[in-house]
Amino acid sequence: MHSADRLARLFLLPLFLFVAAFFLLPMVRLIGVAGSGPNGMAEYVAILTNPRYVATLVATLLLSAAVTAATLAIGTVVALFLARNRFWGRPLLVSCLTLPLAFPGVVVGFMVILLAGRQGLLASLSMGLGMGRWVFAYSMAGLFAGYVYFSLPRVLVTLMAAVEKLDPALEEAARSLGAGRFEVLRDVTLPGIAPALMASGAIAFATAMGAFGTAFTLATRIDVLAMTIYTEFTLNANFATAAALSIALGLITWAVLALSRNLAGSGVAAAG
Amino acid sequence: MKTHRLTFAFQLFVTLLAAAFLMVPAGASILAGFTANYFRGVSSGLTLDWVKQVLALYSDTIWLSIGIALGTLAATLVLAVPAAWALVRRPSRLARIVEEVVTLPVAVPGLALALALILAYGAIREFRMSPAFILTGHVLYTLPFMLRSVMAVLAAVDIRSLEEGAASLGASPLQRFFHVVLPNAKGGILAGALMVVTLSIGEFNLTWMLHTPLTKTLPVGLADSYASMRLEIASAYTLVFFVMIVPLLLALQLFGRTTGSAR
Amino acid sequence: MTAPTGAAISIAGCGKTYPDGTRALSPVDLEVKAGETLVLLGPSGCGKTTLLRLIAGLETPDVGGRIAFDGADVTALPIEKRNVGMVFQSYALFPNMSVIDNVAYGLRVRGVATDARRAQAASVLAMMRIEALAERRIDQLSGGQRQRVALARALAVRPRVLLLDEPLTALDAALREHLRSEIDALLRRLAITAVYVTHDQAEALALGDRIVVMKNGAIAQVGTPREVYFQPADDYVAGFVGITNRLEGIVRNGRFETAAGILRVAAPDRAKARLLFRPEAVRLVSPADATLVFQVTQVEFQGPRQRVTLNAGDGTRIIAEAPADLPLSAGTAIGLVLDANRYILA
Repeated sequence: MHSADRLARLFLLPLFLFVAAFFLLPMVRLIGVAGSGPNGMAEYVAILTNPRYVATLVATLLLSAAVTAATLAIGTVVALFLARNRFWGRPLLVSCLTLPLAFPGVVVGFMVILLAGRQGLLASLSMGLGMGRWVFAYSMAGLFAGYVYFSLPRVLVTLMAAVEKLDPALEEAARSLGAGRFEVLRDVTLPGIAPALMASGAIAFATAMGAFGTAFTLATRIDVLAMTIYTEFTLNANFATAAALSIALGLITWAVLALSRNLAGSGVAAAG
Repeated sequence: MKTHRLTFAFQLFVTLLAAAFLMVPAGASILAGFTANYFRGVSSGLTLDWVKQVLALYSDTIWLSIGIALGTLAATLVLAVPAAWALVRRPSRLARIVEEVVTLPVAVPGLALALALILAYGAIREFRMSPAFILTGHVLYTLPFMLRSVMAVLAAVDIRSLEEGAASLGASPLQRFFHVVLPNAKGGILAGALMVVTLSIGEFNLTWMLHTPLTKTLPVGLADSYASMRLEIASAYTLVFFVMIVPLLLALQLFGRTTGSAR
Repeated sequence: MTAPTGAAISIAGCGKTYPDGTRALSPVDLEVKAGETLVLLGPSGCGKTTLLRLIAGLETPDVGGRIAFDGADVTALPIEKRNVGMVFQSYALFPNMSVIDNVAYGLRVRGVATDARRAQAASVLAMMRIEALAERRIDQLSGGQRQRVALARALAVRPRVLLLDEPLTALDAALREHLRSEIDALLRRLAITAVYVTHDQAEALALGDRIVVMKNGAIAQVGTPREVYFQPADDYVAGFVGITNRLEGIVRNGRFETAAGILRVAAPDRAKARLLFRPEAVRLVSPADATLVFQVTQVEFQGPRQRVTLNAGDGTRIIAEAPADLPLSAGTAIGLVLDANRYILA
């Protein structure tokens, strides 16, 4: 065997051992635990027939879909604007919009509390305007705001890169053929950034599905999947259900990411 | 080109609104951390007391987070950089599979990952009680970022031809790795390192499940303070977190702009 | 499509200054006749692409500039209202559409029904002899095929004016020459008004009814290919159309005197003069038979001919072409003969 090949295998070995020991093996264990409860492997069926879990699952899916749609809509408008216009203060604006890229979920939750909590900015603003006290931080709406906060910077980074990579001649060509503003957007620009929309949308969706920190900070009473898993595991010591729900959650997020990667083609699935 | 005035105004409005949505709460948090009584407003006076209290109460979480971040960085460097080279130099089915499996922990929610780790290794008390348990989770979660970052740079510089060049001059595989591969992967390693440290310092989903009362990291402490402390302390604590993470994020931004390959 | 369908273009006082203060184009006046092929020739940054984009409607001229198609002012019209066809350097084919959908796109936004526009697009593809590619995706096409599709797409809307921005630059040399003659034939057959931007003088000479040579955002010369080639307006144009040799000297008593010797010329005395000529304009002879004598410094055999580097004695280097069978070797002296109609005295 070629000596460089031997070295390559040697280099791969530690990575392989680490991932096998601390990811593959625990995952197998997780699957096993899910089937070790009183229901056995029927636990998977049980979570799909229990109305509470199904309701939680549906609520989480709807919330994630809404977050994805809102983030992509805002992100597209902002990315097109920032990529197409040069003006004073633009670099600062870009920095502001992408800086919270790695704020953890807990901190994002706190941001939502400061924005829409009992002592929040919106509360004082609405009180000042005499429109009552706006407080929505500790509800689904608060969670929605938090997840949009969390995903917007990532989506923006991906979309801005995609818009800037788009050949400006494509839009000019469409216009030379008589296409108006809306037609250019529909037929050229959006299809052109479709892979980026797909990839960043999938990441936003998967993040919203599994995010835990924001929900944890805002309230333990919001019924989303991550909170349910946490409650089952720590408070009810219901390991089998928690494991089964985790696996269901993992499968959903993995499937969404894999699907988007296949649809969008390789190379764009820059996970963040 | 002439952009329609109305479209321009609408886009500008949305952009400014989005920036305000992201920045105003952060600003409020910073202000609250310095305000004597946030409920009464800035007029109650500015103070450093809250920050001092936070440092007295939570300094151990800050040091633990820094320690774990550096440990995570060291581990990802050792595990991912050589492996990235091995995966890039000969794209094969096996390489695809390895890359896919290593990347999986990003797709699996942190909660599930943590649960799996606890179920598999929670019984080993020494391991469960030590910061190494959290470290393991962080390495698992950040490995793909380092791996991808380095792989992207190596692919972009066409490392295979460079290596063939070095080989034609008589360099052994190990010499090639140290003389050619590492220097050319520098940009990717640096970007990956910034990403790994940033993610590790801010990691909560996994850490909340993995931590013990004696191994609390900064985000875990943050969650504690959000739940049980007054708003000013929580804000001051968040402020400390910002001071740690914002330089990293700015570096990441700057770096991403200059190399263009980081993300 | 047989009768002249093109519009005459009239450009008056059109300059372009960008918001940051860069002047890409000084105000120019230019008339393009209906059905004519006008080539804008010059190096990058000379303003040729800016002028093309002004005609297209992708840029608006500075205040005072005016562009008219067939006498009708179009200055304020954006490109989508001008009914022009444009071929881009990068082709700008829509990757999300098949070949035929690309070609039919202009008809689609004009509201032509699906069947009608596909039939019309198919006939344009047939005219370009690429009907077999109709259902292909763009990333399955070669460079030459993309070029044809881009041309077909621009022609499908039956534009009044066809604008081509370095359409052949992205192709390799052999293909470039082939497509050049194809485009030439097509433009003549369609009798469409075409404005063609290039930095390649061979392309300009082959395709243009007239050539506009541009320099630093201004027009250096307008003329037929023969005029530009044989009577370049100045040094710059001369250099751009391939006159690469220049000898410095003086004119005295009907003789041009230079370091390499003398040449009889019909010109008044001048203290400073330059003799400009092409490598292929000279005959190399024995030193005894010539009044200009050079040192051979390098001989490069190129098959059908030889390319010879000569030194004038004062360090001036010139390039000459010689028949393949002429015995030449570096270090020897050689005589140079220039016929009266093959040089320019500037």
